[in-house]
Order: sequence, then C-alpha cells, then structure tokens
Amino acid sequence: MAMTDTDTATPQMEISDEVAIEIRNMNKWYGTFHVLRDIDLTVHRGERIVICGPSGSGKSTLIRCINALEEHQRGSIVVDGTPLSSDLKNIDKIRSEVGMCFQHFNLFPHLTILENCTLAPIWVRKIPKREAEKTAMYFLEKVKIPDQANKYPGQLSGGQQQRVAIARSLCMRPRIMLFDEPTSALDPEMIKEVLDTMIQLAEEGMTMLCVTHEMGFARQVANRVIFMDDGQIVEQNEPEAFFKSPRNERTRLFLSQILGH
Amino acid sequence: MTTLSDPPHADGFRLSLLVRDKRYRSYTFQAIALIALFVFFGWLASNAIRNPVLQQAGIDFGFLADPAGYDINQQPIPYTSQSSHLRASFIGAINTLIVAFLACVTATVFGVFAGVLRLSNNWIVGKLMALYVEMFRNIPVLIWILIIFTISANVLPQPSAFRGDDPEASPILGVAALTNRGFYLPRPYFTNGIGAVPDDVPADGGAPVAQEVASIANWLIVLAVFAASFLAVRGVNAWATKRQNATGRRPSTFWTNLGLWFVPIILTLLILGLRWEVPELRGFNFQGGILARNSLIALWFALSIYTGAFIAENVRAGILAISRGQTEAAAALGLRPGRVMSLVVLPQALRIIIPPLISQYLNITKNTSLAIAVGYMDLTGTLGGITLNQTGRALECVLLLMAFYLVFSLVISAVMNAYNASVALKER
Repeated sequence: MAMTDTDTATPQMEISDEVAIEIRNMNKWYGTFHVLRDIDLTVHRGERIVICGPSGSGKSTLIRCINALEEHQRGSIVVDGTPLSSDLKNIDKIRSEVGMCFQHFNLFPHLTILENCTLAPIWVRKIPKREAEKTAMYFLEKVKIPDQANKYPGQLSGGQQQRVAIARSLCMRPRIMLFDEPTSALDPEMIKEVLDTMIQLAEEGMTMLCVTHEMGFARQVANRVIFMDDGQIVEQNEPEAFFKSPRNERTRLFLSQILGH
Repeated sequence: MTTLSDPPHADGFRLSLLVRDKRYRSYTFQAIALIALFVFFGWLASNAIRNPVLQQAGIDFGFLADPAGYDINQQPIPYTSQSSHLRASFIGAINTLIVAFLACVTATVFGVFAGVLRLSNNWIVGKLMALYVEMFRNIPVLIWILIIFTISANVLPQPSAFRGDDPEASPILGVAALTNRGFYLPRPYFTNGIGAVPDDVPADGGAPVAQEVASIANWLIVLAVFAASFLAVRGVNAWATKRQNATGRRPSTFWTNLGLWFVPIILTLLILGLRWEVPELRGFNFQGGILARNSLIALWFALSIYTGAFIAENVRAGILAISRGQTEAAAALGLRPGRVMSLVVLPQALRIIIPPLISQYLNITKNTSLAIAVGYMDLTGTLGGITLNQTGRALECVLLLMAFYLVFSLVISAVMNAYNASVALKER
C-alpha cells in the first residue's frame, strides 16, 4: 500500500503488518433476507478504511458485526487475535478494544458530558473516578470542548455531541475505531468540525473503519476505499485509483450519483 | 412606528381590542370565565340555602359524636357498636388506607414484573404476560373483585374442616389458616419492652388502653431500628462509592448490607420478646391471631392484578421509549446488560414511568371504594354508607368523604411528584 510522494500523511500514518481485524467468509441473514454475503476483509493495524455504498447495502451491518452489536451466522471474525464467538468473555474483550461512534451520537442524555465519558471507564475498566475524569478531560480537550464538560448532551450542538461521542469512545483507550455514518445527521457547517477530529485521530495512527459518504474525507485520510452493494464487497482499492478508475459498473454508477453534483 | 412590545396608547384603545389584541385577549376570556364560575357557585349556594331539608337541619357535624350503633367486621383498632360515628369513620379510613397501601405495593410488583417480562425474548413468557395484561385490564375491576371473592368464599374450606383427628384441611405450616371466611394469620406481640404483656395472657380485643399504647411504643422501637438499618446501609453504599471513586474497585457490600438489614431487627425483636399468637380452632371458628377477611383479600388481590396490568404497560412503555441506540452505545462501550439496564436505561425510563404510575396509585386509592360490593368496611362503607343512612346527614358525610379522598390523593400525588422531580432529566 504505497503512498504517493505528494501525500501529506505524517510518518505515524504508516501501516504495520500486524492484523487488526480478520473477517473470513462471513454471512448474515435478517430472517430470510441475506444481508451480508461471503465477506472477506483483512484490516491491518493503522489502516484507515472508508466503506461506502448505496443504502441497504449492508455497510452499517458489517461494522456492527465487528463489535457484536449484530450477530453473524456463518464465517469468522477475529479482532486483535480474539475470535468473536458467543462467549461473553470474548465479546467483552473485543468491545473494550473497539470504540464505536453512531450516526445519532447516542450520548446518554441523563448524564453530563463528563459523566458520559467516565461511565464506562469507571464501571468496565474499574478506573478510579478522579483518574477517569482526568482522562476524560484530556480527550475532551483533544476534541476541543473541555468547557462543556459539565453540561448535558441536550445543551450541545450536533457537531459538539458527535465530538463528545468520539471522546467518550477514546476514553476506553480503544485500538480500533468504528464510525457508522458519523456526519450524516449533521448540518454542513458541523460536518467539518467532526471530520477534522477524525482526521486528527487518523494522523495519530488509529485503526479506523468508517462508513461514510464524505468522499473528501476518503481522499484525504483513507488508504483503502471499499464499495459495498447488495451485501457484498464489490470493489476495494486505494482512494486515488478507486475514484479515478472504478473497475465495476455498479461502483461507477454509484460514484456518478454521489459525485455528480 | 409601533412595535408589538410598545405599551398601548391611551388614545388608541378601543373596546374591540379586548378580543382582537393578543395582549388583552387571554385576560378578557379569563375574566369572563371567572365571572361565570362565581355565578355558577353562587347559584349552587343559594339553591342549597333555600333547600327545605337543609333549612330545617342546617349543617352540623355534631352527629359524629353520637354512638354509631352498627358493627364493623374488619377492625384494625378496637371498636364496638357503642363507639361514636367518628370512630367508625376513622376505622373506615384506616381500612381504606390499609387496602390502598397493600394494593399499591403489590400492583407495582406485579406491574414491574409483567412489564419487564413482556419484553422478554422468550416467546412463551412474552405471550403469557401479554395475555395477563389484556385479560385483566379489559374486564371491569368490580367483576374481578366479585369473582375473586366468590372463589375464595366457595373454594376455600370452612373453619370446621380444620377440626378432628383427620381434618380435611390443615393450616399452612400449622399457623395460618385459609378459610372461606378469610385468612387467619398469626398476630405478633411483645412480652418485654415498655408495658410488657405477660406471656401467658395473650392480649385480645378488650386490651386496656395502656397495653395498646405499650404495643404501639414497641412497634415504634422496631420501626426506629429499621430506619437506623436503612441509614446504615446508605452509609455503607456511600462509603463503597467513595472507595470506588478513589481506587476504581467497588468493594462488595452485599453481605454487609444483608447483615445490617437483618441482624439489628432480629436482635430487637428477640430483646422485646416477640411472640406469635397463633389462631386456634375453638368451637366453630378460629380464635386469636389476625383475621384478614376474604373481602379484604379479594379487594386487595383484585385491585393488585387489575392495576398491575396497567402498570405493566407503563413500565413497558417506559423501557421501550429509550431508543435502541442508548443500549447499543452502552454495549459498544463494554457495559454488561445488567449495568446497561441500571446505569443507562432505567434512569431514563423512570422519568417516563413515574407520572402515569402516580395516576395508577390514585386510581387504586379511589377504586378501594368498590369495597362496598363485598362488604369490606372502608370509609365509603362506614361514613358514606351506614353512618350517612342512619343520621341522614348526607351533605356533611359526602363533604367529609370527598375531603378525605382528595387530601389522601393529593398527598400521594405530592410525594410521587417530589420523587419524580428528583429523577427528572436536566436538559437545556
């Protein structure tokens, strides 16, 4: 996966040979509806992958399978060497390694921003409250909203809420981050602040899987773009090549629709 | 230029503005409504004053001191037919409170249980709970009261069935007899403590006042110990939270709390010399112990299952109202399902559950007045029933009745609203 010389990436953005996520021949059905078909995907540590595709193509389901929010019926998923099975211990281990951000942020409205960020570290990681708060403030500063720490989610704008959600995930010190359409519910001027946060995260070498239609973001930080349709991975390539010369007809159609205007 | 916020100009004021201008409009209509209300009540009052019956008798609460002259079958405190109407009403009020309290507690238990289980992934459990809810909330509660009363009066054995060397029925664990007249339960009393009652003379209905007071004092001691246990447990929990905040590990408090709940209260009961007066079959009936008449049992049970079905739906609605996203976000952070429920879902669901729960408690309180259908002497049966009929003081009795239910309901409402405010969501 060689980067071009013009790439602005920092040295940290290099990809190691270590495998972070390994998905083999994974299938999933909702009832009789075959939502994911024979998915094979290997993610190396430090990789930043953007998944795109028409709605209903199974891209959200794919990343939700990785931290067991959805159950897959056939095939295997191995995250950081831990196989995803029905064993609760493995699920706990994987969830503590994998952070996730949702389209609708899903902050806990009854807790302050700070409490949102410390809840899981305190109850799952068993970190002393003061220490958890220190960590939370560190990440809130990183997403540039430390001054909102004592407010409630309802008092924040959408962009701020999504940045809190990112900080909340980071407080668990994940090695992999999943993003499920993190900017789809945001006003245009708020999309940038969230993307900036994600770019910053990518530059620090976080392994990222991101379902998004932000093609600018894909061009800037992704080292691989995956196109999904009808529950299958149709095409994957480096962003440059992916956007310039898509090989598959369906990819071409999709790109012309979202880049056409 | 005039703007909306400009004060009205004296010269620009016209009468039509009272209706057309939104600054005056609401005041105009409120004033009209208020006047209409006064006129209506004035008419009611003048009507009442001109009523010949009232003119003759006037409004007089003196009748409350007269001997009641009727018997009450469920007596939480001593009462004879020579006692006053006031005491009869008081007993009625206590009976209302007893059944309302019991039914609120059990209805909540049934409701929470059924509401949570109806969301179960287990098909059979879910459907069973749906059946329970739909069956009990769609048949009038009066019919449930009558059905349960009839069943308990016909299916349960007569006291005489407990007699003989080879009785047809035997008391549960040898102490509690369920008969068609009601449940005979052991009655606790104290042999030590303040104003002790000797062990060999069980206090019965004719206990002197001193003994009554002593017994109350002993129960107050028990209550105080219970309260102390509660405070101690809270202290331990606060300490555990502090430890957790400092070290990250929450010390296990289960056994400590269990001990704090039970050890002091058991010690107190032992010191006070708790004894149980077991109901015994003498002649044709059981003597001693507490008799919970089957009218009370039927009313209590019917109100509980009936209202429990409504509460189940409130609980289910509250839990369902919390979006899946909340559960998913919490799960993605690594929280286990139990913690997700207690830390994320329930704190949010409670705000939705509590306001309709208040309404259900108020419904129970007022539905207790259906007691008259099975002859349970609640306030409606005593003050609003026999006393009213015997004295003919309808206006006074009904006023008192309304005042009681109103005050009691408002108290429940106030307490629950205060609790609701304490769990309310802070937003914006």
